Amino acid sequence: MYKWIHQFGSPKYFYDISLHLSKWVTIVCIVCFIGGLYGGLVLAPADYQQGDSFRIIYVHVPAAWMSLFIYVILATSGAISLIWHIKITDIIARVSAPIGASFTFLALSTGAIWGKPMWGTYWVWDARLTSELILLFLYLGYIALQSAFDDKRIAARAGAILALIGIINIPIIHYSVEWWSTLHQGPTITKLDKPSIHLTMLIPLILMVIAFKTFYIAIALIKTRSEILKYECNSSWVKKILGN
Amino acid sequence: MSEYINIFNVILKRDLMLAFRDKTDFINSLIFFIIVITLFPLTFGTKSTIVNEIIPGMIWISALLATCLSLETIFRSDFEDGSIEQLTLSRYPLTLLVSAKIFAHWITFGMPLIIISLLMGILLSLSNEIIIALFITLILGTPILSLLGSVMVALTIGLRGGMLLNLLILPLSMPVLIFSTVAIQNAALNQSIIAETYFLAGILVLAITLAPLATATALRIRLS
Amino acid sequence: MSLNNFFSMGGYAAYVWSAYGISFIVLFLNIFLAVRNERKTIDELKKRLGSNNK
Repeated sequence: MYKWIHQFGSPKYFYDISLHLSKWVTIVCIVCFIGGLYGGLVLAPADYQQGDSFRIIYVHVPAAWMSLFIYVILATSGAISLIWHIKITDIIARVSAPIGASFTFLALSTGAIWGKPMWGTYWVWDARLTSELILLFLYLGYIALQSAFDDKRIAARAGAILALIGIINIPIIHYSVEWWSTLHQGPTITKLDKPSIHLTMLIPLILMVIAFKTFYIAIALIKTRSEILKYECNSSWVKKILGN
Repeated sequence: MSEYINIFNVILKRDLMLAFRDKTDFINSLIFFIIVITLFPLTFGTKSTIVNEIIPGMIWISALLATCLSLETIFRSDFEDGSIEQLTLSRYPLTLLVSAKIFAHWITFGMPLIIISLLMGILLSLSNEIIIALFITLILGTPILSLLGSVMVALTIGLRGGMLLNLLILPLSMPVLIFSTVAIQNAALNQSIIAETYFLAGILVLAITLAPLATATALRIRLS
Repeated sequence: MSLNNFFSMGGYAAYVWSAYGISFIVLFLNIFLAVRNERKTIDELKKRLGSNNK
């Protein structure tokens, strides 16, 4: 098992398998997107209270979940990079931050657009929205910190500390609807309980979540490959690839 | 154990002496604080009463901004003349030395801020409950700001572009600000503020235990 | 679900379609910037390698 982890740490190995992985991940992503969009926009029946405006859920919820998921990946890669000094985790963290920031922005904006017909207002300073906004600022701060250093190695480790400090925000966002009385609706999908949402509405949601996840993995793989080429530009295997 | 306490006191005394020898930083931060507080009523017009409702919030935001500006001083001069590297190389744990410096920073900047805030509160005729709530939230909140801020300073010393430090500190200070202002609002309504006090105390304890460690790690990273 | 209903979304067309529009723009920008960055990196590295070989 150690050998497998160490292999992953080698940039060349990662580059080779990521080419294979990209193909499958992109296919899954496209299929899930088409399925999720068709199921969500066409097949799912209109909501009893909200009418057709509830269909925004199919972009809002996946974007929000991804914004949290990517931050956890940021913090985890940062921790691994601090403890074990693995180059790949540096690259993964650096590369995921802009993607995560874009998803956070997407969650906030689709949420605001959905809020207008549902609650009557675009924005309210309740716990979940405010902490999601803080998450956006944390992402932007992380990106700013990374670009302030010339040495990418130091940048990655400094960013890791910042990401680990901000990790406290993630449980706050997740549990904010349970801990405080907020305008935002409570969790509809919990792991152990029967979901309170109908199956025809649930399945497109799950498809869209998978689509967003595989989208993130696909984009992260493309960017990671570019960074690996930059990091290892002096090694022979890179020169062979570029020479072709 | 006693030699750890000794070295803590030595570093604390050194930083306090340095801060009071050249009083400009300390006085500038207080003057900045007072000026920002006076900016708020200026923008609202002389006859409006909105200002009276937001005074505690004003004081808190001004304290936050003044602390952000004062944080630059913690490690800057030591970084420039190389003392930080000496500290890193000493046989005492860097976490301990760093916590002494943070404590010195809080004494020179946080404590005067609290005293002046209370004076401002009395001058602006706030009710007693609000002043007590302001005092409690400030005395719990300013150390948190010093501690969190020191980690950010350690990450960003010597980088070009001074705004980066503030960009990093302000999002992390938002929870402290939110809890403090909720506490003050509750105090204005004569309700108990014990919940927010517990939350702030919890964040403070978390910061006291983890921030010096994070600062020491960040300094080591920057010096490598 | 009729085509008309699909476009008007029960009266909420402005909200639903602007939300989906922003989503598509964000996703598309992610793809576009990633691919363009990859091409730029490969071109720059090729140029650097080419000049080194000379």
